Amino acid sequence: MSGYLTGVLVVLAFNVIAAYAVYLPLAAGQLNLGIAGFMAIGAYTAAYLTNEMGWTILPAVVAGGAAAGLVGLVVGLPVLRTHGIYLAMATFALGQVISAIFLNLDVVGGAAGYPVTEYAPPAAVFGLAIGVVLFMLLLSSTRFALYLAAVKGDPTVADLLGISVRGIQAAAFTLGAIVAGVGGGLYAHHFSFIEAQHFSVLLSVFTVLYVLFGGTQTVWGPLVGAGFFTLVPELLRAGDQYRYAIFAFVLILFMAIRPQGLVTTAMLRLRRRAGSAA
Amino acid sequence: MSIAISVEGLSKSFAGVQAIRNLSFAVPKGGATALIGPNGAGKTTVFNMISGVYAADAGRIVVNGTDVTAMPSRRRIRTGIARSFQNIRLMPHLTVLENLLVGQHVRASSLLDLLTPFRLVPNHRWKREARAALEESGLGRYADETVSGLPYGVRKRIDLVRATLAGADVLMLDEPAAGLNPSETHALRDHLRALLGRGLTLLVVEHDMKFVDSICDNVVVLNFGEKIAEGPLSQVRRHPKVREAYIGVEEEA
Repeated sequence: MSGYLTGVLVVLAFNVIAAYAVYLPLAAGQLNLGIAGFMAIGAYTAAYLTNEMGWTILPAVVAGGAAAGLVGLVVGLPVLRTHGIYLAMATFALGQVISAIFLNLDVVGGAAGYPVTEYAPPAAVFGLAIGVVLFMLLLSSTRFALYLAAVKGDPTVADLLGISVRGIQAAAFTLGAIVAGVGGGLYAHHFSFIEAQHFSVLLSVFTVLYVLFGGTQTVWGPLVGAGFFTLVPELLRAGDQYRYAIFAFVLILFMAIRPQGLVTTAMLRLRRRAGSAA
Repeated sequence: MSIAISVEGLSKSFAGVQAIRNLSFAVPKGGATALIGPNGAGKTTVFNMISGVYAADAGRIVVNGTDVTAMPSRRRIRTGIARSFQNIRLMPHLTVLENLLVGQHVRASSLLDLLTPFRLVPNHRWKREARAALEESGLGRYADETVSGLPYGVRKRIDLVRATLAGADVLMLDEPAAGLNPSETHALRDHLRALLGRGLTLLVVEHDMKFVDSICDNVVVLNFGEKIAEGPLSQVRRHPKVREAYIGVEEEA
C-alpha cells in the first residue's frame, strides 16, 4: 500500500471513530458539540501515561478512553438537563474549556504541544476503527439502540413505557466520550505529537457534519458520512483549488435533497426487500 | 368487587385555570369504564395525571392497590397500567415490530436484556412474542413496515398492541376509535372485547357513544373538570346535568 493511500485511510479511520463518538449521543437526540474536548482528554491522558509513567500503548489508550468517559459521565449528568440549542452551547463551551486547560497545562507541553514517544502503526489505527464499527453494529442489534431511537423520537412516551430517559441519554453521552477518548489516545500515538489547538471546535463541528450528512437514523450513517468527507475531497484533488468549491457544491446539493442524511432506515428496508425479492 | 384505578379528590390547575376539581371515581377490575364529556372537560388531563405526565395538585391516585400519586411517571407502568394516546405517538422511523419491542421494555429491563444483541438471533422470543401479538390483532403483515408510511387506522391499532405488550392489566385508551372508518371501528371493538375476555381492565376516553355503549359497562361524565354523573350509559344519558352539558340549556323565550 502506498504511503499516500495509507495516510488517507488512517485519516478515514480516525474520522470514522470520531463520527461514532458523535453519533451515539445524537442517536438519543443529544448534540455533543464538544467531542474534540473528549478526544483531547483521551489523547493527553494516554500520551502522559506512555511518556511519563512508562505504560505500553494499549492500556494507556484504554485509560484515555476511561478518563474521557469519566468526564463524560460526571459532566454529562448536569449538562444533559439542558436540551436542544442549550445543550449544544453547553457542550460547545465544555469542549473549549477542556482545550483551554490543556493549552495551559505545562506538564503536557502547554501551547508548545506534546511530543509522544511510543508509536502506534497504521494497522493499530485500522484495527481500532474496524473494532469500533463492529461494536456499533453489535450495539445496533440491542434494546439499547432501540431505546436510543425511542428517547430521541418521543421522550415522554419512552418514559411512560418505563425507559429511563436520562439514564439512556447519559449512557449514550458517556459511551460517545469513551469512543472519542480511545480514538484520541491512538491519534496521539500514531502522529507522535499533539497540541491543544488541534482539538478545536472546528474538529467537533466537522465530526458532527459527517454524522448529519451520513444520517442519524441508522448505524451506517456515520461510516458513510465520514467516508464521504474524507474520500471525496481526495478524489477531487485533480481539480486543484476548485475542489473545495466543487465539494461545497456537492455538500449543499446533498443537504438540500436529503436533509435526513444519506442513509435512512427506509432506504435500508427498501434494499433488503429488493434483495429478498430477487 | 376489586378496584383497578381509584381516584380520590383529584385537582389540577394550569396558570390559575382549574382543569380538574375534586374528582373521585373508581374503575372496577375486569370491566370497561368510559370517561366522557364535552371537549375541554378534562378527560385527557385525568389520563395524564393517572399516567404521571402531570402531577396532581391535590388528591390521591391508586392503581392496583399501589398509591402512585407521588410516583415518577416512569415507574407507574410497573404497577400494571399502560396507556395509548389521542394523537398516535409511535416512533415514526422505526418499524412496527421495533415499536412493539420498545413496548416490552418493562418486562425486559435488566442490563443483560439491554445489551444482548438479540436482534441478530433469528426468531428470538421477544420478536416472536411481538409478531404473535400482531398476528392475533390481524396486523401481522405490517410487522416490518416503517410506521410513518402506514394508514391512520393501522397505526391506532398498533398503539393499542404496544400498550398490551407492556404486560399491563389496566389499559387507558385515549379516543381509540377517533378517525377510524366503520370497518376499523368494528375491528377495534372486537380487539377490545378480546382483551376484556382475557381479564384486562379498560379505561376509555371516547366521543363515539355507540362505541362506548358496545364496550363499556360503566361511564363517568366530566364537565369543566368536575364529575357530573356516573353509572351505566343508558342511565347517565337521561341525567339532566349530562343533557345540559352536551346539548346546552334552552333559553326561555
